[in-house]
Amino acid sequence: MSGFSLGKLLRRPETGALVGFVAVILFYVVVGGVDIVKLARAASWVNFAANLGIVALPVCLLMIAGELDISFGAMIPAGSMIVAIVTGYYEQPIILGMVCCLGFGALVGWFNGMLVTRTSVPSLIITLGSLMAVQGVVLAGSMLLTGAASVPMDSPDWAKFLFGQLMLGKYQVIIFWWIGLTVLFWFFLHISPWGNWIFALGGDQTSARNAGIPTDRLKIALFIMSSTAAAFVGMCSAIVFNSAQVSGGMDYIFNVIVATVVGGVLLTGGFGSIIGVFIGAITFAIVIRGLDFTRIDKNWADLIIGVVLVAAVLLNNTFRKMALSYAPKKGAK
Amino acid sequence: MSNTILELQGVNKSFGPIDVLYDISLKVRAGEVLCLLGDNGAGKSTLIKILSGVHQPTSGAILMDGQPVSFPTPRAAAEKGIATVHQFGGTFPLMSIGRSFFVGVEPTKGWGPFKVYDRKTANAIAVKAVQDMGITRITDGDRLVGGLSGGERQSLSIARAVHFGARVLILDEPTAALGVKQATHVLRIVNEAKRRGLAVVFITHQVMHAMAVGDHFAVLIRGAVAADFKKGDKTREEITDLMAGGASMANLEAEIEGYMASHEGHPPKMT
Repeated sequence: MSGFSLGKLLRRPETGALVGFVAVILFYVVVGGVDIVKLARAASWVNFAANLGIVALPVCLLMIAGELDISFGAMIPAGSMIVAIVTGYYEQPIILGMVCCLGFGALVGWFNGMLVTRTSVPSLIITLGSLMAVQGVVLAGSMLLTGAASVPMDSPDWAKFLFGQLMLGKYQVIIFWWIGLTVLFWFFLHISPWGNWIFALGGDQTSARNAGIPTDRLKIALFIMSSTAAAFVGMCSAIVFNSAQVSGGMDYIFNVIVATVVGGVLLTGGFGSIIGVFIGAITFAIVIRGLDFTRIDKNWADLIIGVVLVAAVLLNNTFRKMALSYAPKKGAK
Repeated sequence: MSNTILELQGVNKSFGPIDVLYDISLKVRAGEVLCLLGDNGAGKSTLIKILSGVHQPTSGAILMDGQPVSFPTPRAAAEKGIATVHQFGGTFPLMSIGRSFFVGVEPTKGWGPFKVYDRKTANAIAVKAVQDMGITRITDGDRLVGGLSGGERQSLSIARAVHFGARVLILDEPTAALGVKQATHVLRIVNEAKRRGLAVVFITHQVMHAMAVGDHFAVLIRGAVAADFKKGDKTREEITDLMAGGASMANLEAEIEGYMASHEGHPPKMT
C-alpha cells in the first residue's frame, strides 16, 4: 500500500459509493442549505442507516455470490413479532424469545438456501415466495395466537441495554451492532480466505465448484446469515419500541437493495465490497432522513433516490470498466 | 518420454438411446501433445468431458498409469492431476490475478480464527508462475483478470494448472477466439507445458495450430476414432483434408458407413 495509485483506487468497488456520498452531501449543502454540523449530529439518519446497514451486509455477500434474497422484508416484522409474542404475550423469558426469533431466521434462510441450491429456480423467485409465505404465517399466526396484529412487550434491563438502548436519548444502540458487524463482515469477505470463495462463486460457479469450493454449503450459509440478520433487526426494533407490528418491513426490500447497489456491489455478482455497502447505507439514509434538514420539499425524496441510484450504478460501471482496462505503464512502478 | 499417463480402452458413451462415442481407444503420453480433431458433433466435447469427470463412460475403461480409474466428478479428475482449460479460460473476470489463481487453495498467514488471506504471497506466486510460462507482460498480481487479453487469460489458466501439479492438461479450443499473435502465445505455452513433461490433449479446428504443437493426432468422425497417426505420418494437406472434410474425409465417412452396416448399425445413423 505504498503511495497513491489511480489503478488501485479504481479497482476498489467503493470508489463510486464514495463519490456518490460526497455528491449527495454537496447537493444538500449547496441546494438544500443544510447546516452540515446539525446534519452530522442528527440521530434520525444514523439510526436508519444502522437498521438498513445490518440487513445490507449479508445481502451484499449474497449478491456478490450471485444470488438475491428479498425475504428479509418479511423476516424483519417476523423477528419483532416472535420476540413480542413469546415475551410479551406468553410472558416467557426474553432469552427464549430471542432464541426463537433468531432460530426462525436461520430456519427460513436454510430453507431458502436448500431450495435455491436443489432447484434451478432463480433465487429472486424463491425468496419472493418465502417473503409472501413468511408474511402470511406471521399475520395468521399472530391473529391465531394473540388475536391482534400488534403485540406489546417489556424487556428486562440487560436486554434493553444491549439491543434497545437509546444512547444520549436518541441514538439507538444498534448503531454499535452495525459497526461491529461491518468490521466482522469486512474481515470475512476481504481478509479471510473464505471471502475469495464468495467472489469466485459469483464470478463463475462452475469453475468455483471445480476448484473445490463447497458452493452449495456456502450459499446455504449465506442465506441463513441474511435471514438471521433481518430477524435480528426486527428483534432490536421490538425491544426499542416495546411493541411489534405485523407489517412494516416491506420498505426495507427496496431500501436495502438500493443501498447495496449504490455501495458498488454488482447485481449480477462477483464484485463488491463491505466498505462500499457501509457507505451506501449512509448515503441512502442521508438522502431520505437528511431531507428534513434541507429547504427541499419532502415529496421530492423518491426522485432524489432514483437519480442517486442510476447515477451511482453508471458511475460504478464506468469505474469497473476503467479498472479492467487499467494496467501499469511499462517501466512505471 | 513416451510413457502413457492416461489411456482409454474401448470407451462407449450413450445418452439414453443415442450413442455418442463408439469404441474409443486412445493413449495420452507424458511430454506429448495429442491433437483431437473433428467436426462439430463428432463427439470431441463428450470425449473431453469423460476425461475430465463431467460424464462417465457407459462402458469401457479409463486407465491412469496402467491402473483402472474412474472420475465420478470433475473434482475427482482434478485431484488425480487432470486439468481442463476451456475456451474462455474458466477464470473470474472481476477478481485479481492473485486471488483467482488461488481460488479454493488460498495461501494464509496467521493462526486460528485470524488466518488471513496472504495477498502478497498469492500475487508473487501467481505472477512468477505466469512469467515462468513466458508471459512477461504480467507484473502486477492485483490486476483484474478481465483486463487481460484472451491469450493472457488462457496462459494464466494453463500456468495455474501447471503450478498445481497437473499431469494431464486438456485444452478445449484454446485458440478458437484468439487473434494470430495471441494464439502464438498460447501455443508457445502449450509447448512449454509439454517440455515440462505434461501430457496435453489439444482440441482445435486450426490445422496450423495443430501442426505447430501436435505430436499425435486423432480424428473423430461420428463418435468413432477415424484416424490415429503420429506427426510426420501425414502431410499438412492430408490433415487439412481430413479436418475440412475433403476427399479423405469423404473416404473415411464411406468407410465408417460400411463399418456400421457390418456392425449392426454402430454408430447409429445421425442423419
